[in-house]
Amino acid sequence: MTTQTIQDLKKPVGLTSGMYRRALVDSLMKLNPRWMARNPVMFVVEVGSVLTTALWIKALAGTGEAPAWYIGSVSLWLWFTVLFANFSEALAEGRGKAQADALRRSRRDTKAKLMSALRDRSKFNLISSTELKKGDLFLVETGDTIAADGEVIEGVASVDESAITGESAPVIRESGGDRSAVTGGTRVLSDWLVVRVTSEPGGGFLDRMIKLIEGAKRQKTPNEIALNILLAAFTIIFLVVCVTLLPYSIFSVTAVGQGTPVTITVLVALLVCLIPTTIGGLLSAIGIAGMDRMIRHNVIATSGRAIEAAGDVDVLLLDKTGTVTLGNRMATEFTPAPGISKERLADAAQLASLADETPEGRSIVVLAKEKYGLRGRDIHQISAQFVPFSAQTRMSGADIQSDGKNSRRIIRKGAADAIKNFIEQQGGVYPAQVLQIVQEISKMGATPLVVSENTEVLGVIHLKDIVKGGIKERFAHLRKMGIKTVMITGDNILTATAIAAEAGVDDFLAEAKPEDKLKLIRDYQKGGRLVAMTGDGTNDAPALAQADVAVAMNTGTQSAREAANMIDLDSNPTKLLEIVEIGKQLLMTRGTLTTFSIANDVAKYFAIIPAAFATTYPALNALNVMHLATPESAILSAVIFNALIIVALIPLALKGVKYRPISAVHLLRRHLLIYGVGGVIAPFAGIKLIDMLLKGMNLS
Amino acid sequence: MTTNGMLQLFVYLAALVVLAKPLGAFMARVFQREKTFLDPLFGPVERLIYRFAKINPDEEMDWKQNAVAFLLFNFVGLIVVYALQRLQQFLPLNPQGLGAVSPDSSFNTAVSFATNTNWQGYGGETTMSYLTQMLGMTVQNFVSAAGGMAVLALFIRGIARHSGKTLGNFWVDMTRSTLYILMPMAVVLALVLVSQGSVQNLSPYVSASLLQPTADTSGAKVTEQVIAMGPAASQIAIKQLGTNGGGFFNANSAHPLENPTPLTDFLEMFSILMIAAALCYTFGKMVGDTRQGWSLLAAMMIILVVALFVAYQAESRGNPKFNALGIDQFASAVNPGGNMEGKEVRFGVANSSLWATVTTAASNGSVNAMHDSFTPMGGLVTLVMMQLGEVVFGGVGSGLYGMLVFVIVAVFVAGLLVGRTPEYLGHKIEAYEMKMASLLILIMPLTVLLLTALAVVSQAGTGSISNPGPHGFSEILYAFTSQGNNNGSAFAGLNANTPFYNITGGLAMLISRYWLAVPTLALAGSLVRKKLIPVSEGTLPTHTPLFVFWLIAVVLIVGALNFFPALALGPIVEHLMMMQ
Repeated sequence: MTTQTIQDLKKPVGLTSGMYRRALVDSLMKLNPRWMARNPVMFVVEVGSVLTTALWIKALAGTGEAPAWYIGSVSLWLWFTVLFANFSEALAEGRGKAQADALRRSRRDTKAKLMSALRDRSKFNLISSTELKKGDLFLVETGDTIAADGEVIEGVASVDESAITGESAPVIRESGGDRSAVTGGTRVLSDWLVVRVTSEPGGGFLDRMIKLIEGAKRQKTPNEIALNILLAAFTIIFLVVCVTLLPYSIFSVTAVGQGTPVTITVLVALLVCLIPTTIGGLLSAIGIAGMDRMIRHNVIATSGRAIEAAGDVDVLLLDKTGTVTLGNRMATEFTPAPGISKERLADAAQLASLADETPEGRSIVVLAKEKYGLRGRDIHQISAQFVPFSAQTRMSGADIQSDGKNSRRIIRKGAADAIKNFIEQQGGVYPAQVLQIVQEISKMGATPLVVSENTEVLGVIHLKDIVKGGIKERFAHLRKMGIKTVMITGDNILTATAIAAEAGVDDFLAEAKPEDKLKLIRDYQKGGRLVAMTGDGTNDAPALAQADVAVAMNTGTQSAREAANMIDLDSNPTKLLEIVEIGKQLLMTRGTLTTFSIANDVAKYFAIIPAAFATTYPALNALNVMHLATPESAILSAVIFNALIIVALIPLALKGVKYRPISAVHLLRRHLLIYGVGGVIAPFAGIKLIDMLLKGMNLS
Repeated sequence: MTTNGMLQLFVYLAALVVLAKPLGAFMARVFQREKTFLDPLFGPVERLIYRFAKINPDEEMDWKQNAVAFLLFNFVGLIVVYALQRLQQFLPLNPQGLGAVSPDSSFNTAVSFATNTNWQGYGGETTMSYLTQMLGMTVQNFVSAAGGMAVLALFIRGIARHSGKTLGNFWVDMTRSTLYILMPMAVVLALVLVSQGSVQNLSPYVSASLLQPTADTSGAKVTEQVIAMGPAASQIAIKQLGTNGGGFFNANSAHPLENPTPLTDFLEMFSILMIAAALCYTFGKMVGDTRQGWSLLAAMMIILVVALFVAYQAESRGNPKFNALGIDQFASAVNPGGNMEGKEVRFGVANSSLWATVTTAASNGSVNAMHDSFTPMGGLVTLVMMQLGEVVFGGVGSGLYGMLVFVIVAVFVAGLLVGRTPEYLGHKIEAYEMKMASLLILIMPLTVLLLTALAVVSQAGTGSISNPGPHGFSEILYAFTSQGNNNGSAFAGLNANTPFYNITGGLAMLISRYWLAVPTLALAGSLVRKKLIPVSEGTLPTHTPLFVFWLIAVVLIVGALNFFPALALGPIVEHLMMMQ
């Protein structure tokens, strides 16, 4: 039941017929002037529509300034212009609403076992989850749904978090450490937990997500505000341009003594055509769609501002493990000490790792099997005592009773200096050649593990960090976009240098401590850069809070998730790269449509000006380069084109302009060519085509 | 168009580009208070002025303090010029005994000279005493130009600096611009003009008997001509250099004593754009990247050359309707060819077209031919050059800061196009900057269009028209375009010395100068606070040919789109009717 949900988000919610219907209704609802006033451009269009409707009614009564059919058609298409713009917004919102509904279904009203005291797990009151307050303690047991966001303060349990992450494998949640955060709506599969509520009712993670997706909390982003100001300025200018045309026209009529002054209908039509309705109408849809794209990448941004900032990021701080390299190191080679055969080393290495469940350990077993045909032995058949890794010894291995005799094989593998100490304590000699091998391996960016048996050093296992496939190319793309990548690692400088070179990052911070990260971010920011990072641990929280774009892994701690401004539900650190692209797409879509919108005006002038003053100055018909049939059809064609272009561009607004990793200059040239030059040319063709259709239909 | 004419235009433009670097570098030194070769001469004077005016030249001010200083200084100048005109009959140096100027004309003229517009509703030799000319007009010619340069210097510092608060000291920039830049050049130019025959005296007007008696409009016989005198050369030099344009005589630089020879014609014309062009280089120098300056100069130059070509072509072709009447309009050894109406024969079509284009490109407004008599397309060019907002060279200082506002708009849209919050020279362009920039591009068209609308529907407005039809519309549009852009040239034809035009025009000039300067300074005040954003691959370079092209497109689209309908009812339809 709860597993259906966000994994659905990944698939673009297809635009179902139901959504279209809902959007249609919504676009009518949005005609409310109070709603329209938020968007000055479209508000002007609505006022124009009302005005022309009034003129139409007047014309029906027989006292119109032009034939009723003509004013009526202009008015109708002006209404369409408003509706199309509303429709684009409603459609963009509709997707979010459908997703939010899916989420809401998953959040049933659950019962919570409210505890009065921590000690006694048998004493609790069953209350509704909505009654839980911040700070309350509640118990969850096998099969229960966790009632609210909280922090585990006692117990260990496996939890099914697929409702949030879409990942079906259960995760472990336990008190203390980095795995103590639980989310309301997820389900405990085994064992029990005592949880302290960390969110107010209705303010939980799921609630916030629903609100975000629905766009209820959507605020205009800084860049959107700036663009709105520019669009408003254009609107005011064109308003004055059109309003003053009436006196100019009256003057001209008197001066040359022929014709009639330009009609209000034509002026309103001209105004609507000139003001940037294309971008004005789609602006809000673009913003919502940007948020939606994030969600489809399973990233929840806490604000649109964060998405926009993502497009501006200059520096990406990337944790080595999991982002640059695969999470685990792999054994790739055995290098024996002098006088030792490779087989003996491989055999010992395998024995030492049989009980080692870490990925590194398993990779050693696999390597020995693949390279030397050593099959993994059943650990129960050989009477062996395994020695697990400990932070004090920094070694692991096995003590083996060989063939019932008294001689014991003490096999160890571990860090070079740890083994050296171990050998020397027992009176053994650590060969100089091994020291050299270890250094060489380190220089190559790999980790050496030294293997010993009793007092003898057998050789070195070469553990290598595996750089993720294709990551180097992505970093190269980022570099082209002007984004610097910095790898953060706890490794020593030698290792870090080698991996940095292999992965192609621009810079790295070796032997990094959490506080170094914070300092690094501050330093970059002081230099005017915008920094993005990912993190999951509590010790990442300060750095996350400081970073301009901070992506927390969903598997991370509550404090990390709170400090971040985005949460990646997939907990995939590489996601940062996509986030940057989405941010850029958002700005580019706005920019291209603005350019297109303004560029369109040229053609509209050529359509409308000769038509508007046809009776006074027939000579102006020389400007009618499109050879539009009649003044009426010219104006109507321009208005219809202006309305239809909004519909035509809805898919672009929702999908976003395709992102290309090319330099700023190339991108500008490309977009100016397509949307600038194209924006000048397209309406000439479009208006002419509509005019021909109108003529064909004998409408004019 | 003749080869000779084209050659003259080329020499003019080439000289402009060649001089931009040395003069620009010199001006950068002046604004940055570095040592110049003029220090021994003007250093003591400068220090004396500071001591006398109690100015601490090392004290910097923020944008608000600078704006207040700018407004205050201009207000005092305005009052002085007004008072001089109203009281000139009681004051010395009035050999012709000219009376007080009417209040509305005095207001218009005072505003006109304080705002660097130099719109003239009056005729100099019949209205103003020598004292008014010298103490009023000439002084304002210097300080209004210096004021524009000072605002520019403050604005450039806003761009050059980061994470700061202050922009510099208006008083210091003002003083240094006058002393080190305008004064020396004006003195040299005035001396050259005098050497060529311009008058420079305080004598009463001279009477001369006509060799060939003529008759006036009423048919009465005229045998004597009165030749106006006065301290003309000194005023002409600075009116050209400081993009003021207000003629000493009514005919402006078409008057033989104001512009006696082809050499003075070239020098006066050259002075119009010289400082404005060089300031581009100054800008580049001050922001530490001269490429930025060159790219702005390139954008201005390209627009200018295209406009020049259109104007020259239109004027050379003349009126096609005349061909049918058998009138020879082709240039030959004995015929200048083209449209010669309203042009001085000694300057011809090429130099008149060039002057008309550069005087409207810059907000100079002086003329050596009558724009009213240009062909419709020639007249269109002068209108468009002003309607672009006087940013193609424009006024000294004001033109460049106007252009920089367009740069900010261009950068903003371009930034969106490449998917990055826009930045210009390391400053992030955000909502506040867009607010100011929008205000700046909004005010001018609103002023011009609304006042024109008012004039064409009111009796007071249409009564002044001398040509009916679209040309009359052009005359009114021109009057407000010129004043609303602080240009000051007139289409003539329109009797603008009426209370209606004096007051509305004065308003237009006030708005376009101060309402623009204050947001400009506010913009600088916001830019100077911004943290420096280092350049990266993702930064959009603003010195590439692509960006120059884009900037031109933005300037043209914003300008042309706003005025296209109005132009269609004026010069465009006039042209189309002429071609029919």
